Amino acid sequence: MQTLRSKQQQWMPIVFLLPAVILFAVYVIFPIAQSIWLSFFEWDGLGEKTFVGLANYEELFTDYQFWIALKNNIYWLVFFMLAPPLGLAVALFLNQKILGIRLVKSLFFFPFVISQVVVGLVFSWFYDPSYGIFNNVLGFFGVEPVAVLSDEDWVTFGIIVAGLWPQVAYCMILYLTGLNNLSPDQIEAARLDGAYGWRMLWYVILPQLRPATFIAVVVTVIGALRSFDLVATMTSGGPFGSSTVLAYFMYEQSIFNYRAGYGAAIATVLFLIMDVYIAYFLWRMLKSEKA
Amino acid sequence: MFPTPVEKRSLPFNISYRVAVWIALVLWLLPLIAVMMTSARSVADINAGNYWGIPSEWMLIENYTMVFTQTPMLQYLLNSLVITLPAVLGSVALSTLAGYALAKFPFKGNVALFAAFIAGNFVPFQILMIPVRDLTISMGMYDTATGLILFHVAFQTGFCTLFMRNFIIGLPDELIEAARVEGVSEWKIFIHVVLPLIRPALAALAVLIFTFIWNDYFWALVLVQSDEVRPITAGISALKGQWLASWQLIAAGSIIAALPPVILFFAMQRHFIAGLTLGATKG
Repeated sequence: MQTLRSKQQQWMPIVFLLPAVILFAVYVIFPIAQSIWLSFFEWDGLGEKTFVGLANYEELFTDYQFWIALKNNIYWLVFFMLAPPLGLAVALFLNQKILGIRLVKSLFFFPFVISQVVVGLVFSWFYDPSYGIFNNVLGFFGVEPVAVLSDEDWVTFGIIVAGLWPQVAYCMILYLTGLNNLSPDQIEAARLDGAYGWRMLWYVILPQLRPATFIAVVVTVIGALRSFDLVATMTSGGPFGSSTVLAYFMYEQSIFNYRAGYGAAIATVLFLIMDVYIAYFLWRMLKSEKA
Repeated sequence: MFPTPVEKRSLPFNISYRVAVWIALVLWLLPLIAVMMTSARSVADINAGNYWGIPSEWMLIENYTMVFTQTPMLQYLLNSLVITLPAVLGSVALSTLAGYALAKFPFKGNVALFAAFIAGNFVPFQILMIPVRDLTISMGMYDTATGLILFHVAFQTGFCTLFMRNFIIGLPDELIEAARVEGVSEWKIFIHVVLPLIRPALAALAVLIFTFIWNDYFWALVLVQSDEVRPITAGISALKGQWLASWQLIAAGSIIAALPPVILFFAMQRHFIAGLTLGATKG
């Protein structure tokens, strides 16, 4: 009886895992390898594949569009990093117990729940050159109207601001939860020691919020590198490709220009950039697992 | 509590804080409020450039009726449900099984498998795009709900397994051991001992995943092309192309697209936030 039971304990986890592992392997793990493999071929997506070695990558590094996309991805990464501090600021502002604050907090969270396609549409109105509120406000201060989404210098920043809207909401929720779990003893002790305001925030509160900060930074980095929906809905990468990002550039090359091999090379580059963060996250996660 | 509770501050501070909170809220939601109002505007208002003021006449019912009768919006809405509900069910079911195996059965390669699920969940969609599209086409599932559902189930299983495993690992081993000593089979232990204990986690996960899948746009573009299958996110952006100047229709459509996740969020707020912030308080 004992052996029978332990045998069951040996093969049952395999049964439990099998469906998930098979699907995940077929749709996620295996395609990663296939994409990397494809990036060494010239392929229109339908006909014969021709092996071209590193030619796609060589072309990529001399492609003007690629550098624009990469530069824009770096802008996304840098400016998206405003989301955690802004989210913390909003969370500190709302961390009070007044009448109706629960409703206010949920409404602040709204932008994260709605689809990025809708966020993109909303911000396209916001920036509308003739009637948009953005230009109304500029006009109020006597500034000439700016057509943000058709201006090569401003367009990427315009889209990033739209992306920050839901991202700040996400970070706010993470910090509100963190603030809820602060240790009251430590705060009281610090108050008795005369800590208040910024010093309190920096030396007492922030160290306790470290787990929330870690998650906020991870999801923000992933969000910045995944930016596709907003670029696709707001500008389709335009004007003249000036607001494209790697994710959109890849989609455009593979679907519209029938260059699947080239697209796979772009995806591989994006994947390699992302890997740095994935590795860091895994390392942190497994380290805390052992502790 | 930090910052200092306003109750402990002066009266003027108290009053100004309470006012400031609501002003900040209106400013924060201004773009959304504008869309809501635009969905009730008349064509005349739109043509006159009244995008942000109060509508000169309220066309709420007319506009929403028109969206449902003149555009395929109703179809898109149903498509989104047909895709999202089975996908949520599938990924939650598969990942609960997998999460339980990873949490409570020590076996060789357990941690490596867990790491693979986490890593897979973070990869950029573009690295999967071409092979997944080819696979879907070769299975005859391009432009079908099934093709999209299968992909969503597979992909979300990564995040869901991470989530379930971290929740289940906190359950006491003694309960499972006690059932084993009684001679209960492993499958029955899962159904009768583990499942009842993880109900809150299942709810949290389901709500969260519903929002993720409902709001998906990229895969709707890549795996689907006809109005009969297209979910509402891709539908809205197709409408935008066809009804270029009819902002009131696009606005109404956007509100309709946003509504289901918003309703779900309000109905199950606690679960939603618990799911989203898992790990934000420890780890």
